[in-house]
Amino acid sequence: MTIFGTLAAKPWLESGSGEFPPSGRLRIPTGRLGLIFFLIVISVLFVLLGTAYVMRMGFGDWVPLDEPPVLWLNTLALVLSSAAFQGAWIGVRRNRPAGATAGLYAGGLFAALFLAGQLVAWRQLDGLGYYVASNPANTFFYLLSALHGLHLLGGMAAWGRAAARLRHAGSAAELRPAVELCALYWHFLLVVWLALFGLLLADNGGADAVLQPLPHGMH
Amino acid sequence: MAQTAIPTGTYDDTDHDEDLGDGHHEPRSFITKYIWSQDHKVIAIQYSITAMAVGLIALVLSWLMRMQIGFPGSLPFIDPERYLQFVTMHGMIMVVYLLTALFLGGFGNYLIPLMIGARDMVFPYVNMLSYWVYLLAVLVLVASFFVPGGPTGAGWTLYPPQAILPGTAGRDWGIILMLVSLIIFVVAFTMGGLNYVTTILQARTRGMTMMRLPLTVWGIFVATILGLLAFPALFVSGLMMLLDRVLLTSFFMPTITSLGERLSYGGGSPLLFQHLFWFFGHPEVYIVALPGFGIVSDLISTHARKNIFGYRMMVWALLAIGVLSFVVWAHHMYVSGMNPYFGFFFATTTLIIAVPTALKVYNWVLTLWQADIHFTVPMLFSLAFILTFVSGGMSGLFLGNVVVDVPLSDTYFVVAHFHMVMGVAPVLVIFGAIYHWFPKVTGRMLNDALGKFHFWVTFLGTYAIFFPMHYLGFVGIPRRYHDFEGIAFIPDSARELNAFITVAALVVGAAQLVFLFNMAWSGFRGRPAGSNPWNATTLEWQTPETPPGHGNWGPRQPVVYRWAYDYSVPDAEQDFLPQNYPRPAGDGLNPEAPPEQGGLLR
Repeated sequence: MTIFGTLAAKPWLESGSGEFPPSGRLRIPTGRLGLIFFLIVISVLFVLLGTAYVMRMGFGDWVPLDEPPVLWLNTLALVLSSAAFQGAWIGVRRNRPAGATAGLYAGGLFAALFLAGQLVAWRQLDGLGYYVASNPANTFFYLLSALHGLHLLGGMAAWGRAAARLRHAGSAAELRPAVELCALYWHFLLVVWLALFGLLLADNGGADAVLQPLPHGMH
Repeated sequence: MAQTAIPTGTYDDTDHDEDLGDGHHEPRSFITKYIWSQDHKVIAIQYSITAMAVGLIALVLSWLMRMQIGFPGSLPFIDPERYLQFVTMHGMIMVVYLLTALFLGGFGNYLIPLMIGARDMVFPYVNMLSYWVYLLAVLVLVASFFVPGGPTGAGWTLYPPQAILPGTAGRDWGIILMLVSLIIFVVAFTMGGLNYVTTILQARTRGMTMMRLPLTVWGIFVATILGLLAFPALFVSGLMMLLDRVLLTSFFMPTITSLGERLSYGGGSPLLFQHLFWFFGHPEVYIVALPGFGIVSDLISTHARKNIFGYRMMVWALLAIGVLSFVVWAHHMYVSGMNPYFGFFFATTTLIIAVPTALKVYNWVLTLWQADIHFTVPMLFSLAFILTFVSGGMSGLFLGNVVVDVPLSDTYFVVAHFHMVMGVAPVLVIFGAIYHWFPKVTGRMLNDALGKFHFWVTFLGTYAIFFPMHYLGFVGIPRRYHDFEGIAFIPDSARELNAFITVAALVVGAAQLVFLFNMAWSGFRGRPAGSNPWNATTLEWQTPETPPGHGNWGPRQPVVYRWAYDYSVPDAEQDFLPQNYPRPAGDGLNPEAPPEQGGLLR
């Protein structure tokens, strides 16, 4: 039933044994629904930070930072990680345990690489004198990449549990829920990272490039 | 039990009965049963007790503030800094750590699974974590009383730059602990909130459609969605201010000279913080109000023995208020210097939100119209809520307009408004709800005489406290002032009124101790309640055991055949039909009261 159909119901007219509608649960696994709500919360978090980023950019003291080239490699690692999880997902769906295992391990490995690469990027920026507090552009980069990294780290904990279960799992089907949730989460974090990276690159084109459509009167 | 009346074989619900899942077997030891418990009922009680304990601290703080205002200098240790620390901690504790936690963590946890016919929350482990993380947030907050410099005195809105500058009380440690505590709280809330919405959507028992849910569940559902969308703004603003304070970044800090010294900050925007804070702060009002709306709807319907008027409209109004609450935030910022056109927009949306809100009030009143009103303690509190909410809401119509708000903004008129509408009104609902559901939680009734005493002192007393404050506001008495010595325009009568208010506040506070005594005493010695003392229709009153056991429903989950408001149905012999009662009214098989429920109330 559609959402409007549900809300238009007249419950006071349906009473007694004649009327026995199903409860109308959503047709997706409960775990995935919970994760989707969580992803919505994280989206709000990053959208608010992105809005603050764009607003703060317009205050005149913004000096864009030169993004270290390693960020491109990190992006590649995260893409591969996400792709590997997708492979694992396909593996459990088609009941190919070997594919699922390989995908799961590779996904975790690339994610760890990404996190290590992010630390390298931080070291490089720090070495170039882009300190946290010396410019808001730096602060935002550190803050956003740290928050993104922490979310990925949380994902790694879930991945660890799934990988540990892998040893005892009798069949690929047993792993399916965990792998599905991991894959979904990884794809989401990839999208978040691409958005953050895009914001960083766009801002290197000059604050004006990003701020053009925004009316300055807002502040 | 009504559910035993379900003709077995006709409605086989065994397929539907879900296993509680791995790791959720009935706990055996004291630790797993009462401490590290994953049972939603225990978690609810843990949340409630913690919230009320920290609320007591906030109550004492309000006493101290009132002593200073009513009888300046009578407690010499209250210097201006301490006074502002009390203001800040009182506000933050009451809004976030008491009201939000009690409505959602307490009532949400207890009532959602029981009212929808589920065995527990869908993620019990995360639910348990939610409580312990909440407790951590509370402990971090309370710790700020004991650090050098004490808690922050920045006001509960924590506006930068003043909140983190030297000269503000608690600038060294208090503000850091406050921000850390808020961040932890948001994490705790998110864990709980994900559980509440997912449980309501996915764990409803057979026959429990969304539109058969009691309005309590609807209120909690919408409020939780608001919380999930709004609390990230608090998280973000808290985190950014924490960085401004600790790492000297400049998210919110403009170029500034403090105590003759140019600080390293520069370029940040205090207004950005205000936008983020109120993007959380206004929905927060409804995060507290909507569960209250839902609970009051159920209390009124049950104790007036009449179906709620306009159930569908009530649901739609909850949703409309939820949506609108995200586009009114800047009405808290009319005096912040933002663009005046912004103010016009937000004044308009603010007045629009009065429409669905008023609709709810009319529906409550129409529910009471020609009803069989039982003046039980929960009903008294519900009626008092409607009156108080209307009083507080009316002054909100004034303050929603920019031209009226500007002169009144920093006066006691605002204090009166928000205490009526989001302080007293939700607290009255909480009391009503406790008197209503205490028998289910403990199996015993709260003492009625003490309850009525508690009600009248609280209801009349809070009016004695907050109603005169409107007049103080008109006179122009500024809020957040430690004392009014030497301010020429303040008449003596205002000082006398302040003394009167203080006396009222002390009395009302003391009445809450009577309430606590009632709970403690009745919990052990109260009259046994039976399973359904109010003859209510909703599922939580149809459990096989009272208090409900682990898994809530014994071997079989209930099946729902009707909405939650079948009171005084024509042709029915008794004046209520439980939601899991299978037969339609007037089918020649007059429903009888389940024997252990004692039949009719009157």
